Amino acid sequence: MIKPASSRRLRSALLAGVFLASVVLAALPAHAELQVNVTQGVTDPIPIAIVPFARAVPADGGLDIAGVVQHDLESSGRFRAMQRRDMLATPTRAAEVQAADWKAAGNDYVLVGRVTAPSASEIDVECDLINTLTGQRLGGKRFVATGTSLRNAAHMVSDFVYESILGVRGAFATRVAYVAVQGQAPSQHFQLIVADADGESPRIILESTQPIMSPTWSPDDQWLAYVSFENRLSAVYIQRVRTGERRLVSQRLGVNGAPAFSPDGTRLALTLSGSGGNLDIWLLDLGTQALTRLTDDPAVDTEPTWSPDGKSIYFTSDRAGGPQIYKLDIANPKRVQRVSFGSGYDARPRVSPDGTKIAFVTREGGNYRIAVQDLASGTVSVLSHGTLDESPSFAPNGATIIYAGRDGAVGTLQTVSVDGQVSQRLTSSQGELREPAWEPFQH
Amino acid sequence: MHKYSQIWVVAACGAMLLAGCSSHKPKPTAASTTGTSVPSDQSQTAGADTSGAYGSALANGSGAGVEGPTAGQLKNRIIYFDFDSSEIRGDYTSLIAAHAKYLASNASIRVRIEGNTDERGSREYNIGLGERRAQAVRRALLLQGVAESQITTVSYGEERPAVTGHTEDAWSRNRRAEIVYLN
Repeated sequence: MIKPASSRRLRSALLAGVFLASVVLAALPAHAELQVNVTQGVTDPIPIAIVPFARAVPADGGLDIAGVVQHDLESSGRFRAMQRRDMLATPTRAAEVQAADWKAAGNDYVLVGRVTAPSASEIDVECDLINTLTGQRLGGKRFVATGTSLRNAAHMVSDFVYESILGVRGAFATRVAYVAVQGQAPSQHFQLIVADADGESPRIILESTQPIMSPTWSPDDQWLAYVSFENRLSAVYIQRVRTGERRLVSQRLGVNGAPAFSPDGTRLALTLSGSGGNLDIWLLDLGTQALTRLTDDPAVDTEPTWSPDGKSIYFTSDRAGGPQIYKLDIANPKRVQRVSFGSGYDARPRVSPDGTKIAFVTREGGNYRIAVQDLASGTVSVLSHGTLDESPSFAPNGATIIYAGRDGAVGTLQTVSVDGQVSQRLTSSQGELREPAWEPFQH
Repeated sequence: MHKYSQIWVVAACGAMLLAGCSSHKPKPTAASTTGTSVPSDQSQTAGADTSGAYGSALANGSGAGVEGPTAGQLKNRIIYFDFDSSEIRGDYTSLIAAHAKYLASNASIRVRIEGNTDERGSREYNIGLGERRAQAVRRALLLQGVAESQITTVSYGEERPAVTGHTEDAWSRNRRAEIVYLN
């Protein structure tokens, strides 16, 4: 039985570290409110006490590391954090933790830590995770940060706790690219943005008065490929996120769309139509610029996505009437198998990082929703409940899917765990957010 | 078992919201044909931050249309389509015939046919549907004597709606092909 509990409101940017919010950037005068809603959590989240870390004043810039970690872990829906005001002690080292007391207060785990500044240019973050049932220290970590990267060190602490307790690699220290659109049609303004996975530190990496679409990461996370209509024709660019350097890789007659980097980063699958308007999937070698055709069908073939082994491509095609998902073998592209057998509208597949599932858009009644299909069994689960949900993207640990949905009239980013248990919604008071693409792990 | 609902509200100040707070209304410009790379504020980045520095680019392209001919039917440039259809309805026959006649007798004039869809469904697939609409108009013009070299097509899919809205009325006004005169 699921029942709503009371909502809490916090008005501290430092405490919250909000999912898809943004930091105060002195150079950017815009103000707005963002809300994150954990719309559905697991039935039995793990109780943990995240004790405020010992600070290094002023080197830490006032960042509340424990607050960032608390938000990360709670936003996953898998953890419930003890209220600070209920804490009777504030240990900062494992040796100071009276495990039995924390257990008596209802916690299974305690996280303590400290920030130190051994030199002017270096900040260390150290933490210890203690199991209150056994009193054992599960491990500790030390992260070296400098200045503004301290927040990233906090996300690494979150990753450490998540993996130590759940056995799954955390994805808190990764980023998300997405498109933001302001203004009313027909006069809109488009931005391509990269933000931390919790929504902090958004950076505009491209702005245009014409549409920007389909951002996707290179496997080494250094580049984004996307479609830009800045010349009133479609074109595919790749842009180095760090420097802004970009390359026009395809501006052929007709459609240039749906780029997808191969797992080894050397090739781009993309959709081209030529002047005749028949969309097919092609491979572009980024080194030699050589083009190879993969599909040749009068239907719309588009939205290619690679299997992690680089041997096959999943794509959308309406060769059987409505759009469905198909798979082709790169070594023998004429070998095409149909993969989805759904409602009459299954489109825009993305393969999970372990290659065992695809997420895609499916139509249910008049609504468009995010579904996951297990590739071995063919079992399909519809995970979202919106009217116009689209653009699913797997977190690099495969545990969560981020997608674009609609909250009333506003386009928002939402997440749902792959088991469907935990979902969250971000409401941006200004602008429409679309096409999220979750960064792959940096190895 | 319980569901918990936490609403975190943060007064935030952010890059993604910048334009929304500005009174500046962006206009199409014909300034440059490629984007300009602009190094971003380096103070936002540092050492062990895995994200490192960021670069940004500004895409201000070319290609806005001109007014073109306005006599009679020629001032009408929009062909609307039924849901999930790229078939040109009978009521547009005379509109297309008027443009075909004008273009066939003015061989130096070029047009761009822009195909569009409503917002439903996936974005890149909608690019395919918009392209079908643009191609339907292109083929009708070619059949009536317009030269291939006079016509380019582009599909914006659902990316450039004519009107904002999530009703059947808005959708029907967004499912369209537009004839844009380029010179």
